[in-house]
Amino acid sequence: MERHVDQELKILNQEILQMGAFAEEAIYKSVEALKNRDKALAKSVIDNDNNVDQLELAIDEKCIDLIARYQPMAKDLRFITTGMKINAELERIADIAVDIAQRTLELVDKPLLKPLVDIPKLASVAQNMVKMSIDSFIKGDIELAKKVLLSDPEANELRNLIQKELTEDYMAKDSSSVPRAVQLLLIVRFLERICDHTTNIAEDVIYMVQAEVVKHQQGKVIK
Amino acid sequence: MAKISTEKLNLWYGDFQALQDVNASFEPNRITAIIGPSGCGKSTMLRVFNRMNDLVENVKTSGKVLVDGIDILDLDADLVKLRKEVGMVFQRPNPFPLSIYENIVFGERVHSENIRRDRLDEIVEMSLKSVLLWDELKDKLKESALRLSLEQRQRLCIARLIAVKSDVLLMDEPCSTLDPQATEKIEELMRELKNNYTIIIVTHNMQQAARVSDDTGFMLLGELVEFGRTQDIFTAPKDKRTEDYITGRYG
Repeated sequence: MERHVDQELKILNQEILQMGAFAEEAIYKSVEALKNRDKALAKSVIDNDNNVDQLELAIDEKCIDLIARYQPMAKDLRFITTGMKINAELERIADIAVDIAQRTLELVDKPLLKPLVDIPKLASVAQNMVKMSIDSFIKGDIELAKKVLLSDPEANELRNLIQKELTEDYMAKDSSSVPRAVQLLLIVRFLERICDHTTNIAEDVIYMVQAEVVKHQQGKVIK
Repeated sequence: MAKISTEKLNLWYGDFQALQDVNASFEPNRITAIIGPSGCGKSTMLRVFNRMNDLVENVKTSGKVLVDGIDILDLDADLVKLRKEVGMVFQRPNPFPLSIYENIVFGERVHSENIRRDRLDEIVEMSLKSVLLWDELKDKLKESALRLSLEQRQRLCIARLIAVKSDVLLMDEPCSTLDPQATEKIEELMRELKNNYTIIIVTHNMQQAARVSDDTGFMLLGELVEFGRTQDIFTAPKDKRTEDYITGRYG
């Protein structure tokens, strides 16, 4: 029998999916703007952030309302509480996309420090992790969530590689490169933070689906 | 415009004041829940809305109760019309010891004379369909209503009100004798019915009020302490007494 609360949960699910779509779009556009030195696209990411913020508030309100009015239990309770956490992670991801767009606007008017090769690679890993984490939530797919967790080391390695290159090959050798290199270092840091948020989502999904806490004990999942 | 509103409504049973300066407004097509501890006046208020307290000795009221803008506390108020428009569903389902069919057409027979049989058939079908009982009972209309389950009886009592075209359904603890599944079904029915009716439910069951209603009023010692959107009352009540009650700290 479908309960009245099921309709409400479906609406909540739809809203979280919309939040996921906003976050994915924000990342995609901010990275494209960086790669193509596209000011208008970078600005559009910043402009859309208000929509993301409003949706975050609406989802939070919906979750609190559902808990207060329906006293959800077991998997309903896990879905709603996880939904609240994922909502916050996605909003943060969209905020980081805004940070990237802002750094991009700083860089666009200056000559290119170096051809961007590894940063787009890291961006691609981050985008893929965002997509996988949202899909794992939609499908309740634990294997996909685990893939997200397993992708994180690759992101960390790429970040270390790029940081080393920027500091040793550019900043240490040519002080005039520092302002641009710092912007790129920040962007690398932002991309790596996005990956960390997706691992939080993946851990939340595993809790939602099988009521197992894997936070702060990643080795357990990877084995 | 509010379907029912009260202005400085006071009610005394002898020396005991059961309602104190109640100002409330009940909107059409919404479910309003009235919650509060035993003896807070919530059932009394509900009964004022179709003047059922007239049957109690030494009852005195002051203030106004407007139904569609007309003060029903007026001495010359048309009570037959009022009780047709504002129907009541009680805690224990109370079908008459008659057939299912006769239960539903009872009101119509009282209110009008010489109704054609096919018109009555239509009323029975429409009313039972409204409470989602038609498919179950269409072949058992001649059977006694007393053979129905408690949940079916409660639905039948709601169908009786629909048959006389009530606009307002007053429900006094309509699910307190039902198990959780039957309760869920009655609540679902209420959500269906609110598209066409104004529903006011009095309940001890706070969870039920939270689940089913759009607006909630909290009463204490005859006073309407707080009234607002259900979501607001249950997440951020303004009055400390409301908060104490809904969080189980009262008493």
